[in-house]
Amino acid sequence: MRLVVVGNGMAGSRLVSEVRARDKDVKITVFGAEAWQPYNRVLLSNVVAGTSSPDQVRLLDPRWYAEHGVTARLGVEVTVIDRDCQTVVAADGTREPYDVLVLATGSEPVVPPIPGVERATAFRTLDDCDRIRQAAASARSAVVVGGGLLGIEAARGLAGRGVPVTLLHLAGHLMERQLDEEAGLILRETLGTLGVAIRTGVTVSAVRERHVELATGELVDADLVVLACGVRPVVGLADQAGLAVERGILVDDELRTDDPSIFAIGECAQHAGRVYGLVAPGWEQASVVADLVTGADKGARYRGSRLVTRLKARSVELAAMGETQLTEDEAEIVRFSHRHKGTYRKLVIRDGRLVGAILLGETSAVGTLTQLFDRGGPLPGDRTGLLFPDLAGVGGAAVADSPTRMPDSARVCQCNNVTKGQIRACWESGARDVEAVAAATRATTGCGSCRDAVEGIVGWLCEQEGVNA
Amino acid sequence: MSQAAAGTAADTTVGSATHCPYCALQCGMYVAKGEITPREDIPANAGGLCQKGWTAAELLTSPERLTTPLLHGSPVSWDEALDYVAARIEAIRTEHGPDSVAVFGGGGLTNEKAYQLGKFARVALRTSQIDYNGRFCMSSAAAAVNRAFGMDRGLPFPITDIARADAVLFAGGNVAETMPPFVRHLNAMRSRGGRLVVADPRLTQTAKMADLHLQVTPGTDLALALGLLHIAIADGYADLDYLAARTTGFEEVRTSVSAWWPERVERVTGVPVAHMREAVRILGEAERAMVLTGRGAEQHAKGTDTVTAFVNLALTLGLPGREGSGYGCVTGQGNGQGGREHGQKADQLPGYRKIDDPAARAHVAAVWGIDPADLPGPGRSAYELLDALGTPEGPRALLLFGSNPVVSAPRAGHVARRLDALDLLVVSDFVLSETAAMADVVLPTTQWAEEAGTMTNLEGRVLLRRQAAAPPPGARSDLEILRGLAERLGCGEKFPTDPRAVFDELRRASAGGVADYSGITYERIAAETGVFWPCPETAGEEQHPGTPRPFLDGFATPDGRARLVPVDHRPPAEDVDEEFPLYLTSGRVLAHYQSGAQTRRIRPLTQASPEVFVELHPDLAERLGVTSGDRVRVRSRRGAAEGVARVNVSIRPDTLFMPFHWEGVNLLTNPALDPMSRMPEFKVCAAAVERCAEDGERVA
Repeated sequence: MRLVVVGNGMAGSRLVSEVRARDKDVKITVFGAEAWQPYNRVLLSNVVAGTSSPDQVRLLDPRWYAEHGVTARLGVEVTVIDRDCQTVVAADGTREPYDVLVLATGSEPVVPPIPGVERATAFRTLDDCDRIRQAAASARSAVVVGGGLLGIEAARGLAGRGVPVTLLHLAGHLMERQLDEEAGLILRETLGTLGVAIRTGVTVSAVRERHVELATGELVDADLVVLACGVRPVVGLADQAGLAVERGILVDDELRTDDPSIFAIGECAQHAGRVYGLVAPGWEQASVVADLVTGADKGARYRGSRLVTRLKARSVELAAMGETQLTEDEAEIVRFSHRHKGTYRKLVIRDGRLVGAILLGETSAVGTLTQLFDRGGPLPGDRTGLLFPDLAGVGGAAVADSPTRMPDSARVCQCNNVTKGQIRACWESGARDVEAVAAATRATTGCGSCRDAVEGIVGWLCEQEGVNA
Repeated sequence: MSQAAAGTAADTTVGSATHCPYCALQCGMYVAKGEITPREDIPANAGGLCQKGWTAAELLTSPERLTTPLLHGSPVSWDEALDYVAARIEAIRTEHGPDSVAVFGGGGLTNEKAYQLGKFARVALRTSQIDYNGRFCMSSAAAAVNRAFGMDRGLPFPITDIARADAVLFAGGNVAETMPPFVRHLNAMRSRGGRLVVADPRLTQTAKMADLHLQVTPGTDLALALGLLHIAIADGYADLDYLAARTTGFEEVRTSVSAWWPERVERVTGVPVAHMREAVRILGEAERAMVLTGRGAEQHAKGTDTVTAFVNLALTLGLPGREGSGYGCVTGQGNGQGGREHGQKADQLPGYRKIDDPAARAHVAAVWGIDPADLPGPGRSAYELLDALGTPEGPRALLLFGSNPVVSAPRAGHVARRLDALDLLVVSDFVLSETAAMADVVLPTTQWAEEAGTMTNLEGRVLLRRQAAAPPPGARSDLEILRGLAERLGCGEKFPTDPRAVFDELRRASAGGVADYSGITYERIAAETGVFWPCPETAGEEQHPGTPRPFLDGFATPDGRARLVPVDHRPPAEDVDEEFPLYLTSGRVLAHYQSGAQTRRIRPLTQASPEVFVELHPDLAERLGVTSGDRVRVRSRRGAAEGVARVNVSIRPDTLFMPFHWEGVNLLTNPALDPMSRMPEFKVCAAAVERCAEDGERVA
């Protein structure tokens, strides 16, 4: 079988390695518009921030292709799909026949049609990162346009490099698709303390030399302008080939387009009315297609993904998942807000299941809640433990620290199963120090961790004796 | 040192200087007339003992002790029993060939017994079908470190190095219950300001001591390790000079973990990103740091890769082969280390040699006085062997020493049915274990303090167990049993019964191997309170000192460099679903050891821990209407077991825990095997739980 993959980004490269892991023989050719080896786009904000180096975001080593018998056409764009001949035609004129074609053409940044926009840098590729990093080295000020996930990460990264940053956002609050207004406000304040100035509800009308101009005419200083205004699926190739396309390329539960020999995955695909802009769905889709085209699991189907958005920005902990904006009329809402500390926690619950959550500010609840959301698991009746996991069980501990409050049945020495009552009995028959108690009960002779506790009990008993005497 | 001192009888007023019968720590103890006192001269326990150790002598005089061979449940003489077994073996192998007779050993057997058992299988039975319960213990770690370092020595450093470390990451180990005196070393480290990080699905006694607890979802330790490695590289803790000078493979590993960024790992493991970062910071900033793994990380169908990922982390931080730092596997069974070195493993010959290596075969065949061509090849791994018993292609007879698979094997109900299908089951034990109760022939053997022999503890330190008590009349040592059978099979002269003679032969068989014992003698062990292997015999006057830290000058690979090997996470072999929505994991409790065959017969221990229990989180208990003390029933696709509920916040709400010292949890566990180590997936399967109906009550 001949498999051709168009697109060597996160979804395309994942598909190639998943297919190869399942089938050593299928002939694979992958086209990538970028000349780079595939890299992890999720980590690009770390590259801008300087917390990851560019060679740390590589997803495959250059030798991987040769070692795994995959033909990689990097830096070669596919221009035409000839469906009648089951062949793709590349920009250099070469033709590559396929039995199965997978489109993983991804998406491209939205560039607002405003004067001077060519002075701005999009934030999508490793090349973009390079440009941003170089410009940041000498920039006295920067503007990031767009207060979504990527814009915030870029702004935080630039601020971390010591560049004064202004983040301009059209909507009334940050990350308005994932956050409610209060969370957006607290996030804004947190970013403010980290050196990111934020303006919401503003429209950029032009990019000028060293400035960004707002619709009000106001000028904002900007030696460097980064655009993070969202992305749109790249569907031109599919559209031209006559495949059914709406916002993305339409696919069914097998990720098949309306041409059964052509699949589409990742950010270019539209499944059940949804186009995903995160990596996890693309990887789930790659796994399903790999199962289907290799026959590893002919029953594999894609049923949509639950979305968890996790901001990657130093000193800002934010996770948002599912339906975060439902009201009390529509769902059960549990909320804790402590604006002064930059903390906001919100659970959205329906039928006893977590359908949405916002967690802003550091919390150890994030892992548990993400998993409850992912699995649709039942929630405990007491919701507070979900918001404050570190408080759970406090007060329920059997052994109190103070010897006075400890019940006689409390096990003091785990290793030798010695209770406070036995130590008391031992003291009553004459033992007056730890050594004597150890000789009689073997307490402290295992791991030795209870030595202080035994000392405390003996000391307290002696003290009591003194008081009573 | 006199022969008496090194070999047998009491040598001080406190009794014979020997070691505990239980775990791999092999605590030093004196035994005299049933009285036990801890030894101060053995670094592993330095005067400490847990309740198991203190009470170990009670089994010497237990009324449940076997002293007469049993044939189909009836007492018979030794000659009758051995004649019967030998005749049945002859008949079965005449009809079905030599591989129709199998041998199953144990990680609690002395080096001498383990060695002799492997030799007996290959020389007297000529069968390839031998493996042992150590496969269920540390085989994943063994496979991983053999690949990474070229040598599998559990801790490649003395245990006392732990006290000098500045940070320890312990993945899937609960030493506070499994080997309590080990905690002395962790406490010593912490009292110096060293920090402890524990990864475990439960807030165990060990995790409670930790500065940081990573409460990982069962079956996702591999993802956790990949995430920690990702962060270690991103945050600049990779020791690039070390990696360049002492390792290969870092580039590929760095690329492979790029797909495991912390936020993705958080979603898979449930461990918050902030905790992962903190763990890496603790390790990365420590001058001396250690990464340790236990069964929790290893007993998975991906255990080898999980250990590899933790080894990759240790190598990236530049730890292995540096004094005071390193990676170590904390072995479980008493002779878990020595038991895996001397030939009771299906693919192995003494000295940690590979059975398919022509040079190894030639060397061992010469010591055994046979033609290398007569040595069988590799056989089935433990679970595969048990699974094949009594099937048309599988063995028809099984000789079993030092193990109780009816309780300890995964999918134990099935294993019991396979044992039942055998034509002949022979069990050597000193009590009537659950497996012995099924046997055609039970051979009453001597135990621990009634015989001499060597044990190799978790550090790779070879220790001497001295005889401290006379065996009860009627019991024979395993060496005597093997001799008796070998005589009847026509090769008795090849099987000495004196442990020292067997050890001397083991020394020659191991000479030149990875685990070289040739320079170790009973006298040296006694004089030096243990000798670290490898310790080759020297030609001149100067003795080899033994090797406390084998990797300081280079790894045991052909080029002396450690190997980083890229690995990838995948979900458990059986993930949770609607029908079985909970993870089930298993482990030990302090008062019991292994299948409980010994400890369940000691009263103070059964009083401390009388019965099987099921630990579950209050959130789950609330939904089920269960409170502590209720009986609950746990089910998986393979079976069901009951236990008493223990409702406890220390466990994840999506996880159940059951101890494995009773028949119970292993009726449920999943025998999915690691492709490399053949380790079963003991530590995670999908399960459901419900409250048991009380009399006259209906539970919906």
